[in-house]
Amino acid sequence: MDTAVKKQLKAMACRVRMGVVEGVYNAKSGHPGGSLGLADTLTYLYMMRMNVDPENPGNPERDRFVLSKGHNAPVLYSVLAYSGFFPVDELKTLRKIGSRLQGHPVMGTVPGVDMSTGSLGQGFSAACGMALAGKTDRAGYRVYAVLGDGEIQEGQVWEAAMFASHYGLDNLTAIVDNNNLQIDGKVSDIMSVYPIDEKFRAFGWHTVCIDGHDFDRIEQAFEDAEKTSGKPTVIIQKTVKGKGVSFMENAANWHGMAPNQEQYEMAMSELAECLKQLED
Amino acid sequence: MAELSEKELRQDGNAVNKKKATRDSYGEALRDLADRYPDLVVLDADVAEATKTAIFRKAYPDRHFDCGIQEANMMGVAAGLAAAGKIPFVSSFAMFAAGRAYEIIRNSVGYPHLNVKIGATHAGISVGEDGATHQCCEDIALMRTVPGMTVIVPSDDIEAKAAVEAAILHKGPVYLRFGRLPVSIFNDSSYKFEIGKGVLLRDGTDITVIACGILVPQAMAAAEELSGKVSVRVINMPTVKPVDEEIILKAARETGEIITLEEHSVIGGLGDAVAAVTSEKCPVRVKKLGVNDVFGHSGPGDVLLKEFDLTKEGIVKLIVNR
Ligand SMILES: Cc1ncc(C[n+]2csc(CCOP(=O)(O)OP(=O)(O)O)c2C)c(N)n1
Ligand SMILES: [Mg+2]
Repeated sequence: MDTAVKKQLKAMACRVRMGVVEGVYNAKSGHPGGSLGLADTLTYLYMMRMNVDPENPGNPERDRFVLSKGHNAPVLYSVLAYSGFFPVDELKTLRKIGSRLQGHPVMGTVPGVDMSTGSLGQGFSAACGMALAGKTDRAGYRVYAVLGDGEIQEGQVWEAAMFASHYGLDNLTAIVDNNNLQIDGKVSDIMSVYPIDEKFRAFGWHTVCIDGHDFDRIEQAFEDAEKTSGKPTVIIQKTVKGKGVSFMENAANWHGMAPNQEQYEMAMSELAECLKQLED
Repeated sequence: MAELSEKELRQDGNAVNKKKATRDSYGEALRDLADRYPDLVVLDADVAEATKTAIFRKAYPDRHFDCGIQEANMMGVAAGLAAAGKIPFVSSFAMFAAGRAYEIIRNSVGYPHLNVKIGATHAGISVGEDGATHQCCEDIALMRTVPGMTVIVPSDDIEAKAAVEAAILHKGPVYLRFGRLPVSIFNDSSYKFEIGKGVLLRDGTDITVIACGILVPQAMAAAEELSGKVSVRVINMPTVKPVDEEIILKAARETGEIITLEEHSVIGGLGDAVAAVTSEKCPVRVKKLGVNDVFGHSGPGDVLLKEFDLTKEGIVKLIVNR
């Protein structure tokens, strides 16, 4: 990847992270950990990869995005806002009475949200349905679904995985966000899902394992997915839950907790510092 | 008034106004009853800190099994544990315990009438900011339809703890519904909870309010506010199935009019359970106060209860304007 482009992406990911912290702080609740960990991948997808248009969010030809782990709505809203789907200032209304930015994403009310999610495991099935429709219509769009590594403990995920390869849904790319944390602790302690890649391969998927904070590897992975025909691709990305805010990194307790004012200010100044260095 | 530990006193700062979520009572009851009932085991699906089964896990780590995020499998495993003689308490949010695992509850728990106790927390709209996907207002309806299922909706700390023990002593499947929002403790420590029995909290002759769960104090407050103008009878109905027919029919005959109050859809919950009894045996007007066949949305739990008229004001308005 071009170094100038990479720098721009990193700066944008910083802003997206600030949007996450802003939203969750104002809401006084929500899920910052997984949201921060996902920021790099979503920034890449929305800024570089997906065929979406904020002026025409309902375009039938658009690529689809399903946040199957819907609790990370703060990062989806943030990246949508920074992509021009709605004003960035609206992020402050997250989870408030009357706001369209509900605790979990709702399709039809927020421009750019393609599926209502929040109950883990269900979004992935819906993504399979969208990809199947794309195939039967011979449409050119691609479907992206993001799953948590805890989420893949749900049996429904493996039903969907079987379905997607059976129908050869090569227009579907799943991203498993492998931060090894869920609510009750480490994924490997609570209910091991490992080896993730071998499981998906056994289910007939093309698998790619990457560092989910390395834009070069992220780009290669999505290019690889697009080139793969006849089977769906899963990108298993190692990420740090809470990435970018030092005291939230790799800490299970920041899964679903809002920062207080002092923590908010610390988080925002860390991110602002990171942004400043990138913009110099 | 329940006894308060030093920690509880310190956290609240004011013991008299102490509030407690029934999910906390649930976790504490499991812990406190574990020694007396050695077959009791607990399953959770990655929400132990939230359902409060973590309180039990801390004291009895060997009898707590985290299944990860797999509610359907967890329910099936519970069926097997019960078939092998254990008394499993299965916990998740009401949405996923009753909703996600419904068909397993029906076929693997209900049909063989296994001794599985479902401890579902985060019921109703008072879940708050998580929004509609997590605000389960259909669980009572779902669970009532399973033959042989007992459905209990405790109203406060004292009743919740008593209900957990009653569920252990009862042979067969039980659904226990707990809330996330801290609520005041109004039952007396001498209160004897009995499955299938409603409780007359306040006598009255003009109209009866039958409530369950965390809204019971709202019914009491409404009756108090109307005293001198309208004589309101208040009944706490912790067991929605089997519902206490006797207390309903007595109220129907003596007050001629009933309002039901629940943090649940008006379809299939306490209101329908009460109306089913009156329509057959003593037809009177039954007005159901609940969630009117809509989804909830994000916001603070107490604000949502106000918005949905599930408060003292909502009941008073309904009675005055009837
Ligand atoms: C079906 C279902 N069960 C339980 C929950 C509650 N819940 C929300 S987030 C979460 C943990 C998710 O962990 P993971 O998928 O690893 O997400 P991440 O670490 O990326 O935040 C759980 C159990 C839910 N939303 N849906
Ligand atoms: Mg995780």
